[in-house]
Amino acid sequence: MMLPRAAALVGLILFAVLPARAENVTSFTLDNGMDVVVIEDHRAPVVVHMVWYRVGAADEPPGHSGIAHFLEHLMFKGTDKFPAGSVSEIVEANGGSDNAFTSYDYTAYFQRVAADRLELMMELEADRMNNLTLSEKDVVTERNVILEERNQRVENDPAALFAEQRSAAQYLNHPYGIPIIGWRSEIAELSREDALSFYRTYYAPNNAVLVVAGDVKPDAVRALARKHYGPLAPSAALPVRTRPQEPPQSAERRLRFSDPRVAQPYVMRTYLAPERDPGAQETAAALTYLAELLGGGTTSVLAQKLQFDSKQALYTSAFYDGNALDDTTFGLVVVPAPGVSLQQAEDALDSALADFLKDGVNMERFDRVRTQIRAADIYARDNVQTSAHRYGAALAMGLRVEDVRGWPEVLDRVTPADVMAAARDLFERRRSVTGWLMKGDAPEVTQ
Amino acid sequence: MNRILLAVAFTVIAALPLRAAVDIQQVTSPGGIEAWLVESHDLPFTALEIRFKGGASLDAEGKRGAINLMTALLEEGAGEMDAQAFAAARDALAAKFTFDVHDDALSVSARMLTENRDQAVTLLHKALVAPRFDRDAIARVRDQVLSMIRSNAKDPNRIAGQTFDRLAFGEHPYASSPNGTVDSVESLTRDDLIEAKNRVMARDRVYVSAAGDITAQELGALLDRLFAGLPETGAPMPGDAPYLLEGGTTVVPFETPQSVAVFGHRGIDRDDPDFFAAYVLNTVLGASGFSSRLMEEVREKRGLTYGIYTYLYSMDHADLYLGQVASANDRIAEAIEVIRAEWAKVAASGVSAAELEAAKTYLTGAYPLRFDGNGPIADILVGMQLEGLKRSYVANRNDKVRAVTLDDVQRVAARLLNAEALHFVVVGQPAGLETTN
Repeated sequence: MMLPRAAALVGLILFAVLPARAENVTSFTLDNGMDVVVIEDHRAPVVVHMVWYRVGAADEPPGHSGIAHFLEHLMFKGTDKFPAGSVSEIVEANGGSDNAFTSYDYTAYFQRVAADRLELMMELEADRMNNLTLSEKDVVTERNVILEERNQRVENDPAALFAEQRSAAQYLNHPYGIPIIGWRSEIAELSREDALSFYRTYYAPNNAVLVVAGDVKPDAVRALARKHYGPLAPSAALPVRTRPQEPPQSAERRLRFSDPRVAQPYVMRTYLAPERDPGAQETAAALTYLAELLGGGTTSVLAQKLQFDSKQALYTSAFYDGNALDDTTFGLVVVPAPGVSLQQAEDALDSALADFLKDGVNMERFDRVRTQIRAADIYARDNVQTSAHRYGAALAMGLRVEDVRGWPEVLDRVTPADVMAAARDLFERRRSVTGWLMKGDAPEVTQ
Repeated sequence: MNRILLAVAFTVIAALPLRAAVDIQQVTSPGGIEAWLVESHDLPFTALEIRFKGGASLDAEGKRGAINLMTALLEEGAGEMDAQAFAAARDALAAKFTFDVHDDALSVSARMLTENRDQAVTLLHKALVAPRFDRDAIARVRDQVLSMIRSNAKDPNRIAGQTFDRLAFGEHPYASSPNGTVDSVESLTRDDLIEAKNRVMARDRVYVSAAGDITAQELGALLDRLFAGLPETGAPMPGDAPYLLEGGTTVVPFETPQSVAVFGHRGIDRDDPDFFAAYVLNTVLGASGFSSRLMEEVREKRGLTYGIYTYLYSMDHADLYLGQVASANDRIAEAIEVIRAEWAKVAASGVSAAELEAAKTYLTGAYPLRFDGNGPIADILVGMQLEGLKRSYVANRNDKVRAVTLDDVQRVAARLLNAEALHFVVVGQPAGLETTN
């Protein structure tokens, strides 16, 4: 239980030696407004090429949930120049892999190929930014695919259905309350025209971020980007990116979700929480520490109190991700031990939080978390795709390159007092949703 | 116009040579432990991968789940430290240790910063040779494992996989989950865990690789410290598994909207002269990360699934050719019909020359891209050792892929693929499907 002195000392030594040198990052903007980030990593002859659009599920028109994700699928249906399936075929014929993903705040397309194949990737991606062709048959078939995707990810998984209900309760007004993949009934009605309209509105160079990471030189990337993305015309009619915001949340929400497929019940609590903002990342940094201190593994507050001391929990966790354009959430999970009810588990959680607010941060624990956060930065650099993702996601969510570069330093400056101040602001039950996942009768959300 | 462009695109490839960075050194410690190393001093950490061959299949008779539970307890206290003290010491060093076990090997993955590597090795050594198996830790982790067993029993993917294994492998350890059952895990004692550790964690079956900020000499010294005190020998390896499944369908009723299917038949040995031909064949037929025949027929043309994948599952004591797919309850029967038809078609007529070339350029081009970091390199190296490959494999593997001819693929397709022998385990409420036999 007690931390050996020697280990604490190591933490202090690390503090002096780390952090590692900064990543080699260059950024610039093309004349048509397309932002470009180049991350050099010459360890392997590989390049990751990503195009991020500053549009996601939270930008969808009301009643058309899932259209951002549906369009992401349809972007693989081809153009006149590169017909259906040929993007993947060309990437694969060059030994690479490609894929895409949709979030609330962005939609991104990427390829991972040998570094000397970069130009071909730009040619493909620039072409489909403007020239997508869609047949009615493609749309119908692909809609069945995403309905099966929803079956696989959500309908077949009670924890995912539970998460949808919790999010819907968390957000009273903001579209973060609507699932990224879409409500089933609305997916079934999405049309070719819906997809094309979304595409024409948002897919333009002045709404995109190009990230190239790996064995490349910035000057060469600049020349290639000008050649392939430079000629694309910017959209003059790009909507201003504002979403319906949350009103003051003044009533705690509680829900119980029952499903016969649940084997292990648990309690999950989320609180509305601030996100990283350009030039203002301090609170997000403090909340990042808070999540680690409360729920980051064996030596965290919740594990110690609930798993080791009172033995009321099988597992505990805390999670926070500040990467969002609008208000995000901070979450806590308690999986009760056998014989412990969900009510007892929730009470134990609340009691642990109250103690934490009263007692404050244990300095040895705080030093360990800081050391780990610094080391995480080094370990993350082993994967060039992780770096590319970090920059692309941040820029697509309105952060700037200097915010990403400065993030490790902002994290480093966090003090225990900052963490406690952030915790006191955060833990307001009126802004929270508490959900119980329970064994029981079938819900009426499936069909 | 389109065709020409594609043809141009398809001809550009000349697979990259692997850089000198993937120069694999063979390291033998002063105490005689062997390891493979790729040095790379760009980032101040080392990735270390350790495997103990045999894995969970070395569970003693009647003690199913002992090795799995033992593995989960390796990080729950060692030497003079209880679970909390061990975790605090590890976290203060920012070292990452992951312990895992599957059918054929127990794995230990470590990430250690250069500046405190000695202390991290001291800590990891304790976990490997002196885990405490404290009574309260056993109780706590046992409850976590039991929770997982109960959750898996309600997960359609797990049910499908475990049902296939149970029907295929008879009395062999492969027939059951390494987690064990509720009953078997509840009855395990501390002595069973000590015995389980001695069965699998021995020096006669250990494989080690490292990549990153460490020299051969430093690694040699590290190895002797890390494994000092481990027993020389462990339990004998299990024999080969039988394959008892015949073609047909097994339906496991489960109330859920989408049916999940695992399907397969006999596979091919990693050492078979036709293994590479089979590997190329599978790339065309159903490998993930490639525009495969099955993806085209089942997803792209018909929208019957979000994903379908097949893979050669070559284990130490059995070889399977497996696949998986999921479709709504009223569409899974059609998906299965399409899969069987495509399987038969490829068995009869093989693949086209263009498909063969596309698969070969993909495989040869993709191979060097795998070596893109200390973590992936260490993982590949230890995997090669487990499979009995030589270090030179990295340099000549692409030649073996390129050497596969259309005749090779047709021959192996005719020999390997058998639509009649395919057995589908379907979990859900599939319309129009019933258990055969």
